[in-house]
Amino acid sequence: METALTALVGLFYVVSIYLMLSRHIIRVLLGIAIFGNAVNMTIFTAGRIMREVPPIIPEGQSALDGVTANPLPQALILTAIVISFSFFAFLLVLAYRAYQELGTDDTDEMRIAEPEGEGLPPLGY
Amino acid sequence: MAAVTSAPVDTSAALVQAATSLLDWVVIAPVALPILGGALLMMVRHRTHLHAAVTFAVLLATLVSTLMLLSRVVGDGALVMTMGRWLPPFGISFTADVLGASFAAAATFATSAAAVFALRDIDATGRRYGFYPFLLLMIAGVNGAFLTGDLFNLYVWFEVFVISSFGLLILGSERRQIDGAVKYAVLNLIATTVFLITIGYLYGVFGTLNMADIARKADGLRENGPLMTIATLFLLAFGMKAAAFPLNFWLPASYHTPRIVTSAMFGGLLTKVGVYALLRTFTTLFPVERAILSDVIAVVAILTMVLGALGALAQSDTRRIVGFVVISGIGTMLAGLAIGSPLALTGTVLYAVHSILIMTALYLVVGLMREAAGSFSLHDLGGLYRSHPLLAAMMLAMVLAAAGLPPLSGLWPKVVLVKAAIEGNAWWLTAAILVSSVLTTIVLGRVFALAFWRPEQDTSLRSQTRPIDAVAGYGTVFVLLVPAVWIGLWPEPFLHVAGLAAAGLSDPAAYIGSVFAAQGGS
Repeated sequence: METALTALVGLFYVVSIYLMLSRHIIRVLLGIAIFGNAVNMTIFTAGRIMREVPPIIPEGQSALDGVTANPLPQALILTAIVISFSFFAFLLVLAYRAYQELGTDDTDEMRIAEPEGEGLPPLGY
Repeated sequence: MAAVTSAPVDTSAALVQAATSLLDWVVIAPVALPILGGALLMMVRHRTHLHAAVTFAVLLATLVSTLMLLSRVVGDGALVMTMGRWLPPFGISFTADVLGASFAAAATFATSAAAVFALRDIDATGRRYGFYPFLLLMIAGVNGAFLTGDLFNLYVWFEVFVISSFGLLILGSERRQIDGAVKYAVLNLIATTVFLITIGYLYGVFGTLNMADIARKADGLRENGPLMTIATLFLLAFGMKAAAFPLNFWLPASYHTPRIVTSAMFGGLLTKVGVYALLRTFTTLFPVERAILSDVIAVVAILTMVLGALGALAQSDTRRIVGFVVISGIGTMLAGLAIGSPLALTGTVLYAVHSILIMTALYLVVGLMREAAGSFSLHDLGGLYRSHPLLAAMMLAMVLAAAGLPPLSGLWPKVVLVKAAIEGNAWWLTAAILVSSVLTTIVLGRVFALAFWRPEQDTSLRSQTRPIDAVAGYGTVFVLLVPAVWIGLWPEPFLHVAGLAAAGLSDPAAYIGSVFAAQGGS
């Protein structure tokens, strides 16, 4: 199970990095969404996957009997999902506004803040 | 559920038994106060006339708490508070040592000055869109990052101040702001996501996220664990946050677009959080990996210093010049991390404090120059020496401070860093620090010559000017200059505190001991 998920996570990273290298904001955004999920699945897989074995220590013992999934990474992922979701929502609105205001989603043409050919500063007075 | 009769579990051994003394709450106050203030302002967001007063009160209380915290950790060593009273490493620890407390104090001080400047710079619309709540939440996130003792918690604080900074960055929704914000948001999100990946790997290897716990377990895991991979990923993630070359391109693309007071806070605070995180991970957690990576960090530091200063030379917009000067300063701080000796770390810590104060003030002075002359462009500025002599004095102080010339604060950290670099036989670093200082002198000296000494260029810009306010204009810059001059003229107390911070980084035993004091030290 872990092996299959590891391969899937690798595929997620490949796809997300390919998309983020694009010049188009919408593809970059899709890449970021997949990137966030890839990270969550990395942590999830790293915490072991196991069904129906609760991480509860039996009475009278101080350690777990057998192997079980680590619950902490799942708690971390919950936090990370909330954060990445809110970021992604903000980015979607920002990209949409950028498309409205700048008329393009091509990052090469987004040169309002850093105009091309600004010229040198004054060389003397 | 079937009723299982069992004796109630005795959890007392896993809990901190002693009640937290009232004074110990000072650890959490620099984070809790601004969050509460920000939440309060959100509730009264319609009544914009209240925002400034509430913000000043909260920031003043926060500043007092950070100074109290600093004086306590300088006297007694690191102060720890563990959330929910679970013993570390199970509860999330807030661990304030000299490094974190001094950075938090400097950051809160700079933010307070910026908040006063915002009285004039942010109009009623900006307040209605939530400038002051965002400001308070940003300083909460920055202070939280400086004071937390838990890596995942550090990630959360990163996200808190990054998302607040988005709100500040696009305040006004101008086209150039949206353009800059797209690049800032995407690249910062990628940086924090890389940080999250690293945390995942680190938890897989260590089974803990408490920094002190990681530090004491690192030696035992070095044989088999991929610690080098984790350290390299940290360098990538935090280098990007700190705007180190070649990951710095989001900074010059965005820092000149928002309101000038926002630029000032960003330039002063946000990159320093990246530097802080680098210092923390590479000295407290992974000192051996730092030594292996020191050549890489040194190359990054040299390129950041020199290319930052060269980038500033090529600009004609004063805000973009300051953006590149910020990058150049990051390189100087990384130089200390590359050398790694206690003396070098002292220089880095003091330089970071100096940079928090001076970069904030430099952006504010540029904003005042815009008010006085009607333009940010070096092509249009001129004649300010005659019309605004006080502003000229302040800009001259900025030139001296940023370039590292006496009698301002830039001198001593650079002296310490150069001394450490020579002692460490790091000649390239020595040369780069000196060359970048010369280049910074030329860059800002040219701004001074063109904007102040050159005769007025364009009288039509006079319609865009407005008189500079005594308090919200000159006053804020003056307040930031007071500690800068103090560091320059009488550096002993500051060097002492920076030395303590560096000693705490070089020998994490005290840091670890303070977290695990309840369990007998180890």
